[in-house]
Amino acid sequence: MPHRTFISFIWPSALAMMLFIALPIISVAIQSLYIQHEQVIETVKNCGPFGCTESVVVNVEATEKIRAEQPLGRFNALGTYTNRNHLAFAEIAAAWKASANWSGFFAAITNLPFYKALFFTLSYTLVVTPLVILLGFFVALAVNRLPSIFKGPTIFFSLLPMIVTPLIGSLILFWMIDAKGIIGGSLQLLFDDPDLSLKASPTLTWITLFVYGVWHHAPFAFVVFYAGLQTVPKDILESAMIDGANRWQQIRHVVIPHLIPLGVFIALIQLMDNFRVFEPIVGFNASASATSLSWIIYNDLRTGDGTTLFGSAAATSMLTILGVAILLAPVLIRAWRANQRMA
Amino acid sequence: MARTVPTWLSILSLGFLVLWLLLAAFPFFWTLWGSFKVEADFFSKQNWTNAIFGVRTLAETGAHYTGAGYEGAWIKEEFWKASINTLVMTISVVAISLTLGTLGGYALSRSPFRYAFWILIIALVFRAMPHITLVSGYLFPFFELNLWGHLTTTIIVMVAINQPFTLWMLHSFFLNIPKDLDESALVDGCTRFQAFRYVIIPVMWPGVITTGLFSFLLAYNDFALTGLLLTEENQTMVPAIAGFLGSTQQQGNVMYAVAAVVSATAPLFVLVMFFQRQIVSGLTAGAVKG
Repeated sequence: MPHRTFISFIWPSALAMMLFIALPIISVAIQSLYIQHEQVIETVKNCGPFGCTESVVVNVEATEKIRAEQPLGRFNALGTYTNRNHLAFAEIAAAWKASANWSGFFAAITNLPFYKALFFTLSYTLVVTPLVILLGFFVALAVNRLPSIFKGPTIFFSLLPMIVTPLIGSLILFWMIDAKGIIGGSLQLLFDDPDLSLKASPTLTWITLFVYGVWHHAPFAFVVFYAGLQTVPKDILESAMIDGANRWQQIRHVVIPHLIPLGVFIALIQLMDNFRVFEPIVGFNASASATSLSWIIYNDLRTGDGTTLFGSAAATSMLTILGVAILLAPVLIRAWRANQRMA
Repeated sequence: MARTVPTWLSILSLGFLVLWLLLAAFPFFWTLWGSFKVEADFFSKQNWTNAIFGVRTLAETGAHYTGAGYEGAWIKEEFWKASINTLVMTISVVAISLTLGTLGGYALSRSPFRYAFWILIIALVFRAMPHITLVSGYLFPFFELNLWGHLTTTIIVMVAINQPFTLWMLHSFFLNIPKDLDESALVDGCTRFQAFRYVIIPVMWPGVITTGLFSFLLAYNDFALTGLLLTEENQTMVPAIAGFLGSTQQQGNVMYAVAAVVSATAPLFVLVMFFQRQIVSGLTAGAVKG
């Protein structure tokens, strides 16, 4: 296909991506260097019959004027990146000096908003991804053994947790684990503790979010593995049987090696999806004990008009994009090498 | 040749599967059932079985079932507006995404040059970025240009965000259509567009339907963009439900949210019922092409 024809086919799609993905990234990068104006503050002298008092007031008019003239805010260079709400260099240095041991240092760092969110995001990604692959694999093995009339309905019900809107799925589970809901109530009975609440303790909240993540993503791994199981070469399986391999050895030495490329694919997609974890934190109302990188961006942006923290959100966004780039680096390097070989 | 399966293994496997199905499907049926009860039953202090038998519902309304949650959500809180917005948004996003995506995906699958490969890699990077990282990039210019809050703006943004995925998916579908097909049309004197129009379009529908399903799901399920880019008036269903939660303290309002959640899940059920095969093939198509 000549270049000219190629361009005439791809330009609408390329233009859309340029305007609404590439350009916004640049816009985010620029915004992250600016910070919103401070309010113009004046000291006013009020004199009355009982003497004069000085009070500090906000000059609304002057503030509005500055904001209208320079809507982007004032230039702050990398100040937003290094402040307490982001990379917090000063606070880390102070914590390093103040803490006697590693665990104290670690506790001090995970109290800082950005590191707290980063820590949860990474934990979520690294806990949920392998569990999704394991659960999906075993469900696929089990479904594969079913008589074929049961396979359709089983797949239908298994798909539901994945298809449902993340916010809605987490709300449904959130209502069930409520102290007055079916799961929450049953757990109280089971542990004989009327005050047990999955929402109160940070650890239990984290576990709840992990469980939700596995529940939501396992169907994807299941479907991919199930499709992979249909293509396991029968003759290799049979020769393994003739050689006396037992059921587990067949799975271990024939089925799993066949499914490994699919496992890599699932892991890649899951790393990308879990790194952006956001809706469950809103749905489970969990932001007091667990925040993610996506959630702190949302939190900066949703504050009503006028006080939206564009600079702060932009800086977190840039750091998140950097995180994604690091996560994707192995894949990109492999693609680069493959391309070099091709040439 | 097949050996008989030991009984314990069959039972273990079946038991595991039943447990999984219970985990996967039960929450939906529970919530569907509970949405026809009053709050005191669905969130019962005394006994969770109240939610099944509707003890308080009977006492409060005189019947075993009540549609009060649905009435409150759809009529009082005007959820119907949100559902119309969702309908308009999803249909537009799917239609525009597929139009741009088929053209682009076709070109990518037929180009022998290296830049096609790099476009796909860039698309993969875009696909990996959390959508919300772009939102602060939208909000500021949209505020300045007075574009913020409109459904149209959100549709266009959603189409663009959808493109990387759509391109990848359709690209791999077009690779499966033999090159000889459109190249023989070129030999016969067609232009590329004619070859695309008369040879490719008639055979591309299975791939387009599958990709369309996933574009639909992306637009329908989104909260990161719709939650921040739309005014309250133009809200789609998901941010509207999130809005209900703000006022949960008031008696009865939780049931509005429960009813709205069930209403928003119903179309997805129907979708899976009719398009299960396409969804499964779509999920695996990416894997096979890897």
